[in-house]
Amino acid sequence: MAPILRSTSLVALLVFQISLFLFTSTLPISSGSEDSYTITGRVRIPASTAIGHAAKFSNIKVVLNGGQNITFLRPDGYFTFHKVTAGTHLIEVYALGFFFSPVRVDVSARHHGKVQATLTETRRSLTELVLEPLRADQYYELREPFNVMAILKSPMGLMVGFMVVVVFLMPKLMENIDPEEMKRTQEELRNQGVPSLSSLLPASR
Amino acid sequence: MAMALRLYLLLIVFVSSAIVSFSLYEDQVGLMDWHQRYIGKVKHAVFHTQKTGRKRVIVSTEENVVASLDLRHGEIFWRHVLGTKDAIDGVDIALGKCKESCLDVPNTVFAFTLMYHRSMLRAWNLPDGQMVWETSLHSAQHSKSLLSVPVNLKFDKDYSILVFGGGYLHAVSPIDGELLWKKDFTAEGFEVQRVLQPLESSIVYVLGFLHSSEAIVYQIDSKSGEVVAEKSKAFPGRFSGEISAVSNDKVVVLDSTRSILVTISFVDGEISFQKTLISSLVEDSGEAEILSPLLSNMLAVKVNKRTIFVRVGDQGKLEMVDSLSDETAMSDSLPVADDQVAFASVHHEGSKIHLTVKLVDDLDTVLLRESIQMDQHRGRVDRVFINNYIKTDRSNGFRALIVMEDHSLLLLQQGAIVWSREEGLASVTDVTTAELPVEKDGVSVAKVEHTLVDWLKGHILKLKGSLLLASPEDVVAIQEMRMKSSGRSKLTRDHNGFRKLFIALTRAGKLFALHTGDGRIVWSTLLNSPACARPSGISLYQWQVPHHHAMDENPSVLVVGRCGSDSSSPGVLSFVDVYTGKEISSSDIGHSVVQVMPLPLFTDSTEQRLHLIADTDGHVHLYPKTPEALGIFQREFQNVYWYNVEGDDGIIRGHGMKSSCAGETADEYCFTTRELWTVVFPSESEKIISTLTRKPNEVVHTQAKVSTDQDVLYKYVSRNLLFVATVSPKGAGEIGSVTPEESALVVYLIDTVTGRILHRLSHQGCQGPVHAVFSENWVVYHYFNLRAHKYEVTVVEIYDQSRAENKNVWKLVLGKHNLTAPISSYSRPEMFTKSQSYFFPQSVKTIAVTSTAKGITSKQLLIGTIGDQILALDKRFVDPRRTLNPSQAEKEEGIIPLTDSLPIIPQSYITHSLKVEGLRGIVTAPAKLESTTHVFAYGVDLFYTRLAPSKTYDSLTDDFSYALLLITIVALVAAIYITWALSEKKELSEKWR
Repeated sequence: MAPILRSTSLVALLVFQISLFLFTSTLPISSGSEDSYTITGRVRIPASTAIGHAAKFSNIKVVLNGGQNITFLRPDGYFTFHKVTAGTHLIEVYALGFFFSPVRVDVSARHHGKVQATLTETRRSLTELVLEPLRADQYYELREPFNVMAILKSPMGLMVGFMVVVVFLMPKLMENIDPEEMKRTQEELRNQGVPSLSSLLPASR
Repeated sequence: MAMALRLYLLLIVFVSSAIVSFSLYEDQVGLMDWHQRYIGKVKHAVFHTQKTGRKRVIVSTEENVVASLDLRHGEIFWRHVLGTKDAIDGVDIALGKCKESCLDVPNTVFAFTLMYHRSMLRAWNLPDGQMVWETSLHSAQHSKSLLSVPVNLKFDKDYSILVFGGGYLHAVSPIDGELLWKKDFTAEGFEVQRVLQPLESSIVYVLGFLHSSEAIVYQIDSKSGEVVAEKSKAFPGRFSGEISAVSNDKVVVLDSTRSILVTISFVDGEISFQKTLISSLVEDSGEAEILSPLLSNMLAVKVNKRTIFVRVGDQGKLEMVDSLSDETAMSDSLPVADDQVAFASVHHEGSKIHLTVKLVDDLDTVLLRESIQMDQHRGRVDRVFINNYIKTDRSNGFRALIVMEDHSLLLLQQGAIVWSREEGLASVTDVTTAELPVEKDGVSVAKVEHTLVDWLKGHILKLKGSLLLASPEDVVAIQEMRMKSSGRSKLTRDHNGFRKLFIALTRAGKLFALHTGDGRIVWSTLLNSPACARPSGISLYQWQVPHHHAMDENPSVLVVGRCGSDSSSPGVLSFVDVYTGKEISSSDIGHSVVQVMPLPLFTDSTEQRLHLIADTDGHVHLYPKTPEALGIFQREFQNVYWYNVEGDDGIIRGHGMKSSCAGETADEYCFTTRELWTVVFPSESEKIISTLTRKPNEVVHTQAKVSTDQDVLYKYVSRNLLFVATVSPKGAGEIGSVTPEESALVVYLIDTVTGRILHRLSHQGCQGPVHAVFSENWVVYHYFNLRAHKYEVTVVEIYDQSRAENKNVWKLVLGKHNLTAPISSYSRPEMFTKSQSYFFPQSVKTIAVTSTAKGITSKQLLIGTIGDQILALDKRFVDPRRTLNPSQAEKEEGIIPLTDSLPIIPQSYITHSLKVEGLRGIVTAPAKLESTTHVFAYGVDLFYTRLAPSKTYDSLTDDFSYALLLITIVALVAAIYITWALSEKKELSEKWR
């Protein structure tokens, strides 16, 4: 097994960044007597994806077979399940703010507890049991900053836009029409008795 | 005219900018939801008050939590919730100076919390709760475990932590948890009783009994684990196994007759016995019991409900020094200054408790005597842990951490309760809802709104917030305003039904009423019973919900409990007033309680609900025991059916009422039953792992479902459907234990009146655990698919075939339909099912479904994941009509294209960035407002929120800006008048022209 670092918060922080270089030799080895083996793996959260509120190593839980066994991470991100029988198991990692794919782990009795791991979500097989989040979870809707464009693009904005066109541009278009013709049409309209806005208002006459 | 339109446009721009979305934003946390963190009933407590800095206490609890609490305020610094099977056997603190052996930071004080559970030894960093190391210890058998940490542990190889467990003695290095050596003590009949390590000694004494009649002491070198010497001596008689270590070379044991105390001393390895008759110590002797507190050179023995203190002399001679009344809780002894050792005892007197700290050597020297007023509803003191500190005048001060009978945790210091935690709420067993009282005239209500200016100011602030123009100070002010928003925590009913009480029954037998507004405890009451001191609570039912007549009655709940843990022990009924929390009455019912069945729709004139309670003899008893209730029941006598599930035998039995059991007893409220049907599952291939029915109070809005092609499907809505899931016996274990070929999961839908199996669905290569939810005409269940090695969710929807023919309008016109035919369980149902399965990427602890007042609002599944979060999943995602390429019409209906797995959208976690640690159950209850439902989740933590599965379509949100609306209206009116004036003017000038 790789050397275990002593706990200090400093180390825990450093491990986030340097673990990649230190522990490249991790192999999913398990050991034990004939019917019980040990699964050792590591959880790695790339520093770039860590959103402020989560990513605390001490709050991450690793669950074997849907709750048969629950373990925690050491400061270097390693976890171990002891006394695991040979067979096919499921390992899940629960960390607030991240989504991890469950891992199918085959512990071989014939090869003395050799471990084969496959991510069940992406069907990607792992050469070593290093679990990384599939994605970082954002639990809250983000408030859109006050944006004029967003308002204009909304249905309400489009309606307003259309009305702006009608109100401000139509008179401009009207100007191009021959004033004589305009007068005639207005005359006709008046004869037909189309009510104007002023006639709608009380006491306008 | 153009002017008016322009003004109108400006206003629209203004209004449209304030449209809000309904999903949860970070600043909305705590507006509708609350979250409370607990740890459970404390088992062990270790104080850490050395040096300056934070004073804390490390506790381990019966909910398998290890936590670090702030000693000043009782807040949780950190905590870890272990698995449900990982009971903690011991917890201790190892402090030490780190010397050259520490790699990184030399000469720092390291502090670990050590915890032994299920043959795992784990060390946690004291300040932040980070796990430092863990060691799996060898364990061959289940036996008691002991954890021993040397005092003043130094971090080098010379010191080791001794752990005895599973028949082995292990020495573990405190630095990295490396197993230094282990010694096998698993010999036949040998049982290790104590592991003792004298100070400054490298010899470890292991004392054990062989066949309970021979004492053996091994002397083991603590560095190498070699057995240095072994001595044994046969005892004429047998030991009972109760033991108290009084010093480093003496233990006191009770013999199997429980009348003789045997002092075993093993100075220099020589074993000697010294017997003392208990009757020679106290006059009225009886069966004795050694109490657990560790006192130096003294032990506490319980004889005849009295606690006696027995001093062990140098020569092993015993003498009684004091005796106390029974209701006394004691702490372990604690070294105080000058080689003195003290211990605390707490006893009750009326509504007060008396805390006494005495010196062990001299019981007349009382170091501390305090009386504290204690709430009656906390019961007796269960455990005491003490800690001392040096006062400014250099005398000893003591603080005591006490655990009460209702599991609450209190810190006493200087005659006062410094803080208290209601840890009973960490073990909620059943939850129901209750209404708050109606607001009456004359009842003073918290002041509603202040002045109009304040009101406008508040709304302008909110407006600023929603336009994102608010400064940080404004944001704080807005948040504060929202939290304190009037009426949120008022103790009266509101129009929307948002304010309610959640009544929670805890394992300690205490009832809590929690307010939905802010989660505070409105009242709490510890159940009493005339028959036994503290009945254990089983379940909770709504007993009386006045709404039509009998409005003057207060609503009440029925608490069913039992005296003792055995299912055949006599039951206790307790009725509690919901408004006041007072126990109205409590009765010992004289028979056992196996099943409690609230009878649907049956209420008497005072709105009391009729309940049937089945006992172990196969009789059912009717409650309330009134002639009126009997009359109602006898009218419906032939229509009452019930069923029971015998999970171990794989049998489900249906019963009907037979007659009054007048022949056997004179009780006219007792009835005998006859067995109507049985469903027997073959025990070699199927084992029942889950059964479920619909919630009895669920409301279904419509029975018909119109699909896009004008087709009508009729839901098969029956209250008498039972969902049963069975699995091959091999597959009943954990996931890794079977191959896909060996396991199959079969689900059944059974009519509980006739016993008819309506539907059977088999999943080859699948296994449990099955978590299911049953609502309206559908069941959704979650299980494990071994072939794909993924979790799956399957939905089964049941439709009524016999009504499917009623599509033709002419049939309806001519009256040739069967819509008015009575629905009966006796008629052979013609039904068909539709089902579909999806992958689900997480383990699940529990599933619930939202419920609304009228059942119109679409439903959401609430999935409690093993990560202790709750995911809200729209029912539309688990709809068997989903296809890969839905047609345009289907899309319009809201059918989502089929995907192989269900999506997990992080924003739909209703617990957002919180966890409901140790989640066990989710309860939903409708609000009066149709769109809204209350959700209450319990585990070690409590969480409440209000959900609107189809958004709040029937009310304005809290964010709605009334000020903006008002301003808009005023502005519009002003604009109309201005434009009118302008237009008037223009018209006038035109007329002049």
